[in-house]
Amino acid sequence: MDWGSILSTSLSGMLGPFAAIYALATLGLNLHFGYTGLLNFGHIAFMMVGAFGIGSAIVKFGLSMWWGLLVAILASVVLALVLGIPTLRLRGDYLAIATIAAGEALRLFFNSSYLESVTNGPFGLGPAADEFDTLNPLDKGRMYSFGPFQYQGGDLWIMIITWSLVILGCLMMFMLMRSPWGRVLRSVREDELAARSLGKNVYSFKLQSLVLGGVLGGLAGVMWTMDASTQYPANFDPRITFYLWVIMILGGAGRILGPVLGSLVFWFLFTFLDGFLKGLDLGLNTGAARIAVVGLALVLLMVFRPAGILGNREEMRLEVR
Amino acid sequence: MKSDDVDTTPHDGGVMGEEVTDPSVAAAREQLVHAAEAPQELSVGARPLVNVEARPGVSKPDPIMIADKVSRRFGGLLAVDVEHLEVQRGTITALIGPNGAGKSTFFNLVSGFDKPTTGRWSFNGKDISGKPAHRIARMGMVRTFQLTKALTRMTALQNMMLGATGQTGERFLPALVPPAWRGQEKAVTARADDLLKRFNLAHMRDQFAGTMSGGQRKLLEMARAMMVEPELIMLDEPMAGVNPALTQSLLGHIQKLRDEGTTIILVEHDMDVIMSISDWIVCFAEGSVIAEGRPDDIRSNEAVIDAYLGARRALPTDDAAQEAMQP
Repeated sequence: MDWGSILSTSLSGMLGPFAAIYALATLGLNLHFGYTGLLNFGHIAFMMVGAFGIGSAIVKFGLSMWWGLLVAILASVVLALVLGIPTLRLRGDYLAIATIAAGEALRLFFNSSYLESVTNGPFGLGPAADEFDTLNPLDKGRMYSFGPFQYQGGDLWIMIITWSLVILGCLMMFMLMRSPWGRVLRSVREDELAARSLGKNVYSFKLQSLVLGGVLGGLAGVMWTMDASTQYPANFDPRITFYLWVIMILGGAGRILGPVLGSLVFWFLFTFLDGFLKGLDLGLNTGAARIAVVGLALVLLMVFRPAGILGNREEMRLEVR
Repeated sequence: MKSDDVDTTPHDGGVMGEEVTDPSVAAAREQLVHAAEAPQELSVGARPLVNVEARPGVSKPDPIMIADKVSRRFGGLLAVDVEHLEVQRGTITALIGPNGAGKSTFFNLVSGFDKPTTGRWSFNGKDISGKPAHRIARMGMVRTFQLTKALTRMTALQNMMLGATGQTGERFLPALVPPAWRGQEKAVTARADDLLKRFNLAHMRDQFAGTMSGGQRKLLEMARAMMVEPELIMLDEPMAGVNPALTQSLLGHIQKLRDEGTTIILVEHDMDVIMSISDWIVCFAEGSVIAEGRPDDIRSNEAVIDAYLGARRALPTDDAAQEAMQP
């Protein structure tokens, strides 16, 4: 087995475009669940409306990338409002049900012939990233190496933009969570009745959180479309939502850098296992096997570090009410 | 209205005229009569209520909250059915009644945490029926909960600071610009620290509320409610699960709040506590108000005794006790 090349691939995967995209999406999920306590099991839906918002605007309506970005953001906001307005007044579980259903329903809807004029359905929507690529100062086809890290120019460009967005997102979260706004959000997570009894409009805060986190998810979708250029509704598998949950819990829910660290570790493990299992050459379905191993790693994590890598175990042990 | 209500409790009448031979009984009776006619001991809260008649739905000289025909039905059960209730400003008003009498449900209704089937109620002369809970709280009518709701994974200080109303930094865009709220934050911190000190929680300032004892959480919840600067504070069983020593301290805090002009409504089961601190008592049974009055009125009220103990068995009243002591 070529350990050197497996390690190099794993390290490259750790910082690669998808690690960045997942980190960005998880920032939004962390705002939802980690800080506000909203059970969002359909984060993929936000990524999808973001991805197809910009994709359709560019490919089908001939708009520029910037207008496409605006469409994607608006689409995420609308989705958050549509999901949140009817469900956020109810108990937390209802949002979970609504979001998980929305994720599935949207994927099927985007894939249907009814919406083919907008999404191209199963035939794929593209090319959407031409304008994005023209802004790339790097050579798209060239391989760039930094020690063990190796990336194509196109990937590197996506990474630069997406990791920058992640950093900006983290900064924004840092500012927000130190502010009284963040304090109210955390109080909603702890006990929304208490927050209401102190004069806080809990519904409005939950909606703000859902919208902001949804936009972060939408932006992750935008970057995915810029990365893939051709986008298929079938890509937006509900499994991804749960990868995002894994990343959040792995890094530590309710921690600013939790999603970033979680994504790095997750993608390192994911790419490493892929190379390792292929190297073993056991005749396994390595794709399935690595998911099983990641699952096992998570079980161990939950046993030995239930609050995640950055989480505070003492804090987690406190009874919630 | 009866003007002599405070001077004679009805049950004294029975023994008044009788000839008493045993000196210890005479002494006990003296004490009883004196306790009842001690107007100099009346609290700030009790004074305006001296001439108020003790009957359900009676109007008060200066009510802060008025509830009218408030009812709440859960399926076939009429949990609350209050014809008319006024709460005098600046008093400690206790709601008592057996379990399931509708006290907590009534709390939930008037504080906006539940919607009534019928009824209107007003606070400070403003109709607040059907207003959402957070609006009612902001208007100055704040409640606490029977099961304490300390925000466990936030520190005591953060719990307190949450209570302050009208914070600029709680709006999304200003939240991103610290200079917009830093000054206010400082003022809020100072106020929170003062209240923490007052409620003997200063040493817990930076501890997670989840590490506090049950009694400390009750104190924290009360202090946090005070951060809202309420005119009326509604305490749902503030003494439940609190050790006796801390109960005394909680009582002291409640009385002090009243003396400073805050109106307090509390639901409580401990009769000693209620009789010792209440200025006015409202007794609920099966959803309705069956009696209202000063502690002395309530102590001897037949309807209250029936509601608590059933009509057939009653605790020995003071006269019964005295009769038993006579040879």
